[in-house]
Amino acid sequence: MIQNISTRRTFLKGSAAATATLSGGLMIGFAIPAGAQQTPKPTPYVLKPNAFIHIDADGKVAFQIPQEEMGQGVYTSLSQLLADELDVAFDQVTPLPAPPDDMIYGSPQRHRQSTGGSTSIRNFYTALRQVGASGRAMMVEAAARQWGVKPETLRTENGMVIDDAHGGRKLSYGALAPAAAKLDAPQNPTLKTDAQLKYIGKPMHRLDSPSKVNGSAQYGIDVRMDGLKVATLAASPVVGGKVDHVDDSKLKAMPGVQLVVLDDIVAVVATNFWAAKKGLDVVKITWDGGPNGHLDSKTLMAELRATAAKKGVTAAESGDADKALGKPGGPTRLDATYQVPFLAHAPMEPQNFTVHVKKDGTCEMWGGSQVQTTAWRAAATVLNIPPEKVTFHNFMLGGGFGRRLDVDMVVKATRIAQKVDGPVKVIWTREEDMQQDMYRPAYRNVMAATLTKDGMIDGWMHRIAGASVSARMSGKPPKDGLDKGSVDAATDNYYNAPNFRVEYIQAEPRAVNVGFWRGVAPNNTIFAIESLMDELAKKAGRDPVAFRLAHLDKTPRLKNALQIAARNAKWGEKMGPRIGKGVCAQWAFGTYIATICEAEVDTNGEVHVRKVHSVIDAGRIVNPDTLMAQVQGGITFGLTAALWGNITVEKGRVQQANFNNYRLMRINEAPDIQVEIVKSTEAPGGIGEPGCTAGPPSLVNAIAAATGVRLRELPIDRALLAGKSSV
Amino acid sequence: MVTLQINGQSQTIDATPDTPLLWALRDFLGLTGTKFGCGIAQCGACTVHMDGKAVRSCLLTIGSVGNRAITTIEAVGNTPNGAKVQKAWLDIEVVQCGYCQSGQIMSATALLNKTPHPQDADIDAAMAGNLCRCGTYTRIRQAIKNAAKA
Repeated sequence: MIQNISTRRTFLKGSAAATATLSGGLMIGFAIPAGAQQTPKPTPYVLKPNAFIHIDADGKVAFQIPQEEMGQGVYTSLSQLLADELDVAFDQVTPLPAPPDDMIYGSPQRHRQSTGGSTSIRNFYTALRQVGASGRAMMVEAAARQWGVKPETLRTENGMVIDDAHGGRKLSYGALAPAAAKLDAPQNPTLKTDAQLKYIGKPMHRLDSPSKVNGSAQYGIDVRMDGLKVATLAASPVVGGKVDHVDDSKLKAMPGVQLVVLDDIVAVVATNFWAAKKGLDVVKITWDGGPNGHLDSKTLMAELRATAAKKGVTAAESGDADKALGKPGGPTRLDATYQVPFLAHAPMEPQNFTVHVKKDGTCEMWGGSQVQTTAWRAAATVLNIPPEKVTFHNFMLGGGFGRRLDVDMVVKATRIAQKVDGPVKVIWTREEDMQQDMYRPAYRNVMAATLTKDGMIDGWMHRIAGASVSARMSGKPPKDGLDKGSVDAATDNYYNAPNFRVEYIQAEPRAVNVGFWRGVAPNNTIFAIESLMDELAKKAGRDPVAFRLAHLDKTPRLKNALQIAARNAKWGEKMGPRIGKGVCAQWAFGTYIATICEAEVDTNGEVHVRKVHSVIDAGRIVNPDTLMAQVQGGITFGLTAALWGNITVEKGRVQQANFNNYRLMRINEAPDIQVEIVKSTEAPGGIGEPGCTAGPPSLVNAIAAATGVRLRELPIDRALLAGKSSV
Repeated sequence: MVTLQINGQSQTIDATPDTPLLWALRDFLGLTGTKFGCGIAQCGACTVHMDGKAVRSCLLTIGSVGNRAITTIEAVGNTPNGAKVQKAWLDIEVVQCGYCQSGQIMSATALLNKTPHPQDADIDAAMAGNLCRCGTYTRIRQAIKNAAKA
């Protein structure tokens, strides 16, 4: 059981029991100081087991997990990769968050610590197996030297090196670790064969679950220490706005609180959250919204529509799409536009960070981030000190979903902490979290397609208009006007249209900061593609599943998943009135997933999701149980957005503030979600996002089947559905 | 100063009576297993037991609790139903990020305290106040049924 899931430094400083665990014979230890290297430039991946594996004298194993645990199960799945190759008992393993260091803990592909885009297993599957295998080889070598035998005569089992040729004598990893840690790490260790794997591919129990069912798990918001103050804040409700005037006359009557007024932020600091909140509630703040202070959703969406009507830059092209499409109004041509709104992340743990700006010019910070090194550098930049002077204690996340790929919560907390004597925990209220988000961009898709006389796709054009998250984050416009992140999945042409073009046109909403959101661009592109596929099937007079299958000969893994999903969901069975089934087949994040949603629409237009069947081919799998959980959770996340998600703006201010007006799905609204995994030895695919992107299109297609009404905008508009039935 | 009965112990808290129980637990007593999610009793992350019944601690002031027994996630495992629910949660791996799960477990235990063999409608009614952004609902429903059978 994980008693302490904080950083190494806190761990070492922790309870006597915890310290004792690490005080025995260290060895394959954490020899690299946090932040020793920081320049992210691609170099060959160097295996450094010492940076990942710690084994103490009695055989307890701690792994520094480079990716952030935010519910997706990487503490467990990445431990499976390491433990299997290292050959240690899984119940001896404790996962710990790695400190910020791009060169050591960044992915081998990008040398950057970032947990997003469903990449943890894809990027680390081989790398961490190699680290574990390299560590195992060091143990064997250390034993061979001690015994004076050849290493190839030895074997390992559950943390022991065994010498069968000499009566099965044994040395434990704990005893060998001090000597092993001094050896050079083999750079090309032999990996286990599939048949030798003990943990990889098995539904191992999560290592973080015990602490999460008894309240002992520590998130950033749970940080406590002597002298800690707590603050809550109000940032300008308008992007780019400033504080105009602050009336703190009522606050002055409250003892023990401190007012902090910055350019665009007002905060109250107290000894506890409630005192800070009460204090902020009585401060009267007048904001100067600036140029964005008059903008509203109507204007922003009209601007998006106008931009989407223009030609974009070409993101992918094959054949001659213009020729195949002909002119609008052609007999086999279908034109359609699909639109999705701004969305908030709304993780259950509101944004927070704890920062201590110290008098000696250093800084210590505590909190959870999907981008450890970026967060660490962000605090240093605010303070104008080198990052090496900042110590970052990273924590598990109470939900990420892309929200914590941004570091605005670090910047705000550090700016407030500059005005505070001692450590301060800056906690956002739910309202602040909802109204100061980095929102999923609204997108508009302008699409056209034509059919051959045999009812097959001939021409296909897909133009995506929306904000570039990368441009907002980097401050630089997309190269040649093309934001590749916005067209993901749309450019893959997995239905193999012979004449194919995808365009992108940047449409920046002036009053809304945009961010990455679970499912990223395919949230939009798959919704558009799979909606258009259903409309094309109808135009061709074909069944939606059969129409897709006919186009998937060159994408056989998706074809196979769709065939299984149709069987599992009893596709084609007779349904009652106002009940329909809808399909989504997608290839994104390196994973194939086919989903069939069954929904009922009542006479008021209210939609009830009855059941979902998903079949996923994600290649090699590390933990099938977490994979199923991710698909179940992802579908729920996506359905929630389709049913209710909509962030709107008035006078530059986000209108939704809490769960009463930004609805999340509740248990009484949640469908049963059945997931089947296709066995595969292909390279691993991503699993965090595919379920999310499959939810909305499968739902709108089910609604179309139930009512005959095609919804081309999200969230679903119940007024269009009231009284409608296809039967 | 307000004195409360928390997890079987008498605790005196140096906070004003209008302080919500949530913040008294977290900031004054260090019982951080009870979570802040919304502050308006919409999400259930702050659920604790008062005399065995589920209550939202973010709106319950400490001045209004009196002598009634408060139980939090840190101690619910000492009750038979709490232990059964925690085990059921672990057996089928309900949790993902885990942030809402303290509240989910407190609500589920209170449900079993009142209704030892809940039907789906009972589960809907008792658990609809607890949001989970990770989408663990399918497993929560199953785990409650398993705990009831244990």
